[in-house]
Amino acid sequence: MDISFLLIILLVGALVTFLAGDKMASKVALFFGLVSLGFTLYLLSLFNAGQNLDVTMAWITKPVISFSLKADGLAFAMLLLNGILTPIIILSSFGNEVKNAKNFYALILFMSFAMAGTFLASDGLLYYIFWELALIPIYFIALIWGNGDAEERKKAVVKFFIYTLAGSLFMLTAFIYLYGKAGSFQLEALYNLDLSADEQLWIFLAFFFAYAVKIPLIPFHTWQANVYQKAPTVGTMLLSGIMLKMGLYSVIRWQLPIAPMAAKEYMNIFIGLGIAGVIYGSIVALRQKDIKKLLAYSSLAHVGLIAAGTYALNLDGFRGAVLQMMAHGFVVVGLFFAAEIIYRRLDTRIISEMGGIRIQAPAFASMFMILVFASISLPSTFNFIGEFTVLYGLFQVDMWFAIIGGMTIILGAYYMLKLYQHSMLGETNTKIFKDVTFSEGLVLVSIIGLIMFFGFYPKPLTDLITPSLETILLQINR
Amino acid sequence: MTTLIAITGLGVLCLIFEIFNLRKGIIPVTIIGLLATLGLTMSEYGTEASYYNNMIVVNNFSVTFSSLFIVLTTFIVAMSHNFYSNHPTKISDFISIKLFILAGAIAMVSFGNLAMYFLGIEILSIGLYVMAASERLSIRSNEAGMKYFLMGAFASGIILFGICLVYGAMGSFDVAEIASLSRSAELPAWFFIGVIMIVIGMLFKVAAVPFHFWAPDVYEGSPTLTTATMSTLVKVVAMATLFKLLVVLNAEMSYAFQMIIVVLSIASMTVGNIMALRQVNVKRMLAFSGISHAGFMLMTLLSLSTAAGTLLYYATAYSLAGIAAFAVILYVCGKNENEDIVNFHGLGKTNPVLAAVLTGALLSMGGIPIFSGFFAKLFLFSDTISAGYLFLVIIAVINSIISIGYYFKLILAMYGKEPNEERTGTPVLYYAVAVIAILLNIAIGFFPSLIMDLM
Repeated sequence: MDISFLLIILLVGALVTFLAGDKMASKVALFFGLVSLGFTLYLLSLFNAGQNLDVTMAWITKPVISFSLKADGLAFAMLLLNGILTPIIILSSFGNEVKNAKNFYALILFMSFAMAGTFLASDGLLYYIFWELALIPIYFIALIWGNGDAEERKKAVVKFFIYTLAGSLFMLTAFIYLYGKAGSFQLEALYNLDLSADEQLWIFLAFFFAYAVKIPLIPFHTWQANVYQKAPTVGTMLLSGIMLKMGLYSVIRWQLPIAPMAAKEYMNIFIGLGIAGVIYGSIVALRQKDIKKLLAYSSLAHVGLIAAGTYALNLDGFRGAVLQMMAHGFVVVGLFFAAEIIYRRLDTRIISEMGGIRIQAPAFASMFMILVFASISLPSTFNFIGEFTVLYGLFQVDMWFAIIGGMTIILGAYYMLKLYQHSMLGETNTKIFKDVTFSEGLVLVSIIGLIMFFGFYPKPLTDLITPSLETILLQINR
Repeated sequence: MTTLIAITGLGVLCLIFEIFNLRKGIIPVTIIGLLATLGLTMSEYGTEASYYNNMIVVNNFSVTFSSLFIVLTTFIVAMSHNFYSNHPTKISDFISIKLFILAGAIAMVSFGNLAMYFLGIEILSIGLYVMAASERLSIRSNEAGMKYFLMGAFASGIILFGICLVYGAMGSFDVAEIASLSRSAELPAWFFIGVIMIVIGMLFKVAAVPFHFWAPDVYEGSPTLTTATMSTLVKVVAMATLFKLLVVLNAEMSYAFQMIIVVLSIASMTVGNIMALRQVNVKRMLAFSGISHAGFMLMTLLSLSTAAGTLLYYATAYSLAGIAAFAVILYVCGKNENEDIVNFHGLGKTNPVLAAVLTGALLSMGGIPIFSGFFAKLFLFSDTISAGYLFLVIIAVINSIISIGYYFKLILAMYGKEPNEERTGTPVLYYAVAVIAILLNIAIGFFPSLIMDLM
């Protein structure tokens, strides 16, 4: 029993969903999503019992590329995020009429497969392949099932694709260069390379270009808001909940340990970029009229803080970043789903056209309230743990980073509460707003449950990720 | 050697079938014959032999490339069934010319003597001139044939002149003798001039910048199946021959010559890609895309001693994707006067299978994993970096990004637009060719070692 079974399940799931036909597709996809979650948990228990789940198989002889997967605590944290969110995202689409459902759900599972592969791969090229593979399904999901004017949508999606591909091709060049030095794409071989400061800088930048587009960090974020707005909500959830964490994860796993000297030398610049994203994203979010765009910019702000945490190069920064990646993933999926619920009933995403929802749908309004509180990191939510740890990590670098980074909470409170006020309170809209259905409620309750549970008891997660983060940190400080 | 005889025999057999009025049997018999020849050719893998005073040399290079050419020709012959359905009486001519083109191609990769090489290139070219002009009543096809003939004749003339100069310098047409003599100290200047002229002639055939200007017009004007032949089979034949020529003639390339290759490669990639961005005609677009791929393949000439496998892999990936793409284009534009992108609107709805195949083919050409086009570029970049040309790889990477722009234009047209016409009929052979070609492409993407380990 090893970790590759998880990938096989997801891939087979995508295939079976495609073959199941339009009527059954959503249920089959949900089934496979749940099976993969169950399997992740089972493998996690094996891992905690001390079993080695890694896989290494020869794949291509010339150049030497192997199919090798490595499951450590960090990878498991990301797999958990992927495993939990995939069924939730599939379930969240049950209220929508989806055309060509078999393709749609098969693409979702395929994307989940590619993302799980990215988190697991420990051979540079295999990792790159999974990284690129994840791009293709989201491109089609956003293009075919997206909303709004077709021409504008096309522009947004193509821009997104070309941006990300451009970034990743530079990463590929860096990998090939490293291969020329090390004679292998294996993670350990690349870690142990002895690179000069100049080489490290160029490699660091090549990686940075790929990750900065994906995360996104300013000034590489311009694709984000448009794609979030134009993509179907499921696509937005996949993008913001899991896919952008691929970038953050890769910073910790690949970029920093391979080019540690460059990372230390220019640390302040990169932390600065992350924090600039916090301020910029929050201020732009204040001015948004479209709820999905507002959430996109708020996401930009939160992710900027996580990126700053990773570039802080200390254990608390890393730990906070990983916890906040998960917390942000849960919350942002919940918030986008709430926006989708509103859209289903009121047929609008413009905040000023909403209002008075709380009177008609108290259950929905209170759940939305909890999500808003989680998003602004109120204590007792998971996000508080994550953001607080990141800020503590930044504090160890420089107090001012922590102070400015902490603005995310204040500004976040401002725009999120404003959103709540304008959408839920105030004058009642003429349209009737039915309270949540069972499947909608199930999605929101499970997200809230996760946020509250880990908010009170994050220890299992910290215990899971700390050893592997310590190993990586050791590598950086070698 | 047996391959060449078998292919020529098969071509003659097609003509005999015509005499006995067995036209219906031509395509099935040819396909079976080609597959049998493929088996015959592959059985020669691992042996080294030379025939007729070193006229033909059989080695792994010639066997693997010949096998690739036979596979491509099989696809092209299979597509002929539907393509020439309006010309039932001419089918034997068309098929036999295709087989003679293949015979020329095989002679070009297995020559041991420059005379044989020239014979091969002429057999291939003359067949192509005829095929380009084969739509007798269409002005565009006539124009294409004429243009191609004039340009090709010039190129052949230059090659022949180059061969004469090489002969003048070395006193022999035999490449083995030329190679051993060229390592001796004193070489007359016209030897290099001769080599350069041969290379220029080959660059015409490859359609590399600045010898590319015939390609877009000829590709656009020729009947689509001929365009498919030119952009897949002929391009990789010319590239493989150029590679082999440089290997056998001039084992150690000078720095200046390498710089010329670098410049040509950059120019081909960039010009091809930037021009392709503006095209609305799909055949023209693929012509420019082919020019840029020629630029990529030229990079293999920088590491002659090690890159044979990479070239084979790149050629296979590129030509399989090309065949799959052309099978879809033939289906979509079969009855239309033009091949504009408009014809592809909404193909994702009206014909999801072929739309998926074309998407796969374009993604492969663009270099997206897991399609083999990605690995082709990966191996190519890896070779080039170890040859010390990092900046060339960076330019190639930028070009890959540009190329996504026009490949995606077509994908967007298929999935983002509403269909504008109904298509009827399901030509089974187009489907079969498209699906098999793309599956082969993906298969060698999953297992690149299948091809890479051959050399």
